[in-house]
Amino acid sequence: MLLIHCPYCRDDRSELEFRWAGEAHIARPEQISEISDEAFSEYFFMRDNTKGIAWERWRHIHGCGRFFNAIRDTVSDKFLLTYKAGLPRQPVPGTETAGVETVEGGAA
Amino acid sequence: MTSYRIKGAGRLTPARTARFTFDGKIYTALEGDTVASALLANGVHLMGRSFKYHRPRGILSAGAEEPNALLDVARDAARRQPNVRASVQEVFDGAIIQSQNRWPTLGFDISSINNLLSPFFAAGFYYKTFMWPREAWAKLYEPIIRRAAGLGVAPKEEDPDHYANRFAHCDVLVAGAGAAGLTAALSAAETGASVILVDERAEVGGALLFDTSVTINGQSGYDWAQGVLVKLAAMPNVRVLTRTTVFGYYNHNFIGLVERVTDHMPRPDKLLPRERLWQVRAKKVVLATGAIERHMVFANNDRPGILLASAARMYLNHYGVAVGSRIGVYTAHDSAYEAAIDLKKAGVEIAAIVDCRAKPGDAVVSAARNLGIEVLTGYSVIDTAGRLRISSMTVARNSSTNHRKIAVDALLMSGGWTPSVHLFSQSRGKLKFDAENQRFLPNIYAENSISVGACNGTDDLNALLTEASAAGGGSVSVSGDSAFTWTGGMIGAAEGAGKDTTVKAFVDFQHDVTAKDIRLAVREGMHSIEHIKRFTTNGMASDQGKLSNMHGLAIAAEVLGKEIPQVGLTTFRAPYTPVTYGTLIAHSRGDLFDPARKTPLHAELTKAGAEFEDVGNWKRAWYFPRRGEDMHAAVNRECRTAREVAGIFDASTLGKIEVVGPDAAKFLNLMYTNAWDNLKPGKCRYGIMTREDGFVYDDGVVGRLAEDRFHVTTTTGGAPRVLHHMEDYLHTEFPDLKVWLTSTTEQWAVIAVQGPKAREIIEPLVEGLDLSSEAFPHMSVAECTVMGVPARLFRVSFTGEVGYEVNVPADYGASVWKAIWERGEALGACLYGTETMHVLRAEKGYIIVGQDTDGTVTPDDAGYGWAVSKKKTDFVGIRGLKRPDLMRSGRKQLVGLLTADPLEVLEEGGQIVADPNEPKPMTMLGHVTSAYWSENLGRSIAIALVADGRARMGQTVYIPMKDKTIAATVSDMVFFDKEGGRIHG
Repeated sequence: MLLIHCPYCRDDRSELEFRWAGEAHIARPEQISEISDEAFSEYFFMRDNTKGIAWERWRHIHGCGRFFNAIRDTVSDKFLLTYKAGLPRQPVPGTETAGVETVEGGAA
Repeated sequence: MTSYRIKGAGRLTPARTARFTFDGKIYTALEGDTVASALLANGVHLMGRSFKYHRPRGILSAGAEEPNALLDVARDAARRQPNVRASVQEVFDGAIIQSQNRWPTLGFDISSINNLLSPFFAAGFYYKTFMWPREAWAKLYEPIIRRAAGLGVAPKEEDPDHYANRFAHCDVLVAGAGAAGLTAALSAAETGASVILVDERAEVGGALLFDTSVTINGQSGYDWAQGVLVKLAAMPNVRVLTRTTVFGYYNHNFIGLVERVTDHMPRPDKLLPRERLWQVRAKKVVLATGAIERHMVFANNDRPGILLASAARMYLNHYGVAVGSRIGVYTAHDSAYEAAIDLKKAGVEIAAIVDCRAKPGDAVVSAARNLGIEVLTGYSVIDTAGRLRISSMTVARNSSTNHRKIAVDALLMSGGWTPSVHLFSQSRGKLKFDAENQRFLPNIYAENSISVGACNGTDDLNALLTEASAAGGGSVSVSGDSAFTWTGGMIGAAEGAGKDTTVKAFVDFQHDVTAKDIRLAVREGMHSIEHIKRFTTNGMASDQGKLSNMHGLAIAAEVLGKEIPQVGLTTFRAPYTPVTYGTLIAHSRGDLFDPARKTPLHAELTKAGAEFEDVGNWKRAWYFPRRGEDMHAAVNRECRTAREVAGIFDASTLGKIEVVGPDAAKFLNLMYTNAWDNLKPGKCRYGIMTREDGFVYDDGVVGRLAEDRFHVTTTTGGAPRVLHHMEDYLHTEFPDLKVWLTSTTEQWAVIAVQGPKAREIIEPLVEGLDLSSEAFPHMSVAECTVMGVPARLFRVSFTGEVGYEVNVPADYGASVWKAIWERGEALGACLYGTETMHVLRAEKGYIIVGQDTDGTVTPDDAGYGWAVSKKKTDFVGIRGLKRPDLMRSGRKQLVGLLTADPLEVLEEGGQIVADPNEPKPMTMLGHVTSAYWSENLGRSIAIALVADGRARMGQTVYIPMKDKTIAATVSDMVFFDKEGGRIHG
């Protein structure tokens, strides 16, 4: 069972409290009703399904209830970073531009 | 009967005895004995029959790796467990123990004919033989094979014991309490870390329990271990769990333990759980799981009386039992000499030590010879004899045909030691092959863990203690001394395993896999170890190949002409040893298996005689049969009464979400296809929710209580996912909206009163509200009091009749229900359940999302195109609805179906075709989604998804069934009160 750091609760909690919520950083298009079929297809249907480092969304559904983002290695199941929803895509920790283990701030 | 208990040997107390039966015969044991040691003390080696050939088998080991001695251990008829390892189960007074897989008796087993027929039972036999006729597999072959080749039989009675479940956290979890584990635990504990130390045996010490030539800090290894235990037990930051197995190593240092709490007790306290599951999250894991001795692979190496050398040493040094009176030894490793030396010193005759190596360790050889033991180096045991117990071994110099037969009643063997890397491997750690010592060792760690001692390949005692102390994170002053340094070991078939096809040199005892089976598998084209394993079933028995994996791998590598790492190793998976279902389930059985959700009105519904149906976890009143009524009669009566008088219905399970905030209307505009900003406070509207793809996701009535407050209802099953869906958009796509969502499903009891007399029933109970149709028309909502209780009253209808839904706080639900029913009953109303609700709504063509829709239906397909706002510039689904496929003609649409024979009720799910005579495969137009008998209409009605359905009004379609084809006319979905006047009445 995974151990997941909730960036809102600032605590490591058991996977039982969380629910996976798909790939992260897929923004709903502005003026969505105007976009092309291709753009809609790309937005709604297409996912990377990465083997390796993946940016994904989780929800602390049986805790604070918040959605947040995580960088997880889908091969080793290691979480490299979790950060609040609304923050831009964070770099992989250990790479040059990476910050601290939990990034504060985020959406209102 | 001869006792093999040696006076002065072992650590059990002679005065404390226990009595048990084995196959009906009474035996005496000492407290602390395992079933194996107790039977061996009584001279019993024969404990079971093998899986396939039904060969007589005896105890092989003294630990968890035991493949042979699997017994049925019982306290009584219900407290009985099959496949218990005799080497692990402690004897308790009154135990009823039986052998398995034999008939009529263990000594004379009819099925042992299989042994003679073994040329026909080679690896892959079942795959090749029982191919035809195909039908015979399930009915004939499989049941017979399963009966003949089974192990134990599960009890039929319900398990009367209870089981417990605990969660724990610690800084350091140490798996294994041998010399390494104890040192690591003490080292960690002295730094103040919280420590859990786990060992599967009743006593700590690990190999120190049998290896009496080791001293640590000047004490015997065993005494030192018990001293460390006392020290650890006194520390508040340490928990020592004995009789506890680390069975699983999962992600992020999540560890599964099973603690056997009462299985060793003669009369356990009823309050104690039989076993306890521990789910531990450890910051660091120290693996000190030791090593398991391998057997030697040679002809007829499976006779009762043949066992591992370390096991014989354990039985002697710990239990005080000699495994025979004239014992032979066949070894490729120095450690077996110490078993012979200990036995010799205890007065047991050693027939000979046969060592297949030309140059064993000098120290052990001279020590053995000094005691007068014959040592044959460069010799092998090429065969054994004896039916139910070994009677002799045949030995020959390697590469020579001259042989001699030596009479023995037991034979000890040692092929060396396999490090127990199971848990390390389970943690997804990567192994490396130590070619010099022919073993796999931990290499790359996937978790914060460390292997110490024998499981890490650290053989030298002082190196082991130093390594363990460092792993604990502290520093323990500890040094040891052992009488001998061990060398040697081999994997694969020994001399005497034979290349020919008749010799049975067992690799996997439990599954009867021999060296020749593995060679055959390679010859037949299995080149991957994963294929060889599955073809031969090597390592697939309940012992998971603890003894056999390395031998099987080495034999395969030899035949393939490859190095061992190239052939690979099969993956170790949890559990390390079998775990009972009881432990894993713990309290989750019976009523607690899947908790039932009951509405606040449940007790009232029960009193009124409701039959219930399960809707998700909810128990919902299904119908209310009166004396003599079946379901059909009850539903017909309820349907009639609801339309003629009134019906009262528990609608509490309806999902409810309170949407509050200055942007609440704006938010609902985005979540539903309808427009909400023009809905006035005090009014309700039916809303449809689509996903981004444009398909119907949920529906329900939304009431606006104030400018900034909405009472949203969802389908019963949809409540959690609708809230999740709303929260998702609110957090991530529309985070600037000032809206707060709260689930209120369980806060409100909801009583629906529907029918011509609905107003008359509730009017006297409602305070502060004019219920007249002028003041409070259909689709109104108001806050008021009902019998003095603050309430939300909706004028809504899911029946097409005048309808009210009375929402009161859950705790007041029952009393308000009672008052409403008292009035309703007097006026001739009825209670109705979900079945009648379904019929009444279908009579009006009201859909149920999830029944009439299936995730591919748009609002327009469902006939609800009017609910999609044309004016809004955005809502979830707005773009999805414009996809070409969702806008094309010919889509399946919901329509009504009227069968040609009005008495014929269609089956839900029935497929619809235009031409019943079309050759198969027929063109299917759609399917029936709802079908009922309508008592009010005196005929059957149905709702169906039909391609281009609305363009087919009046046309005949066909529903082919197994025994007939049913004709039906496509119609409007509204069957009853098409003008819709009744609802406003």
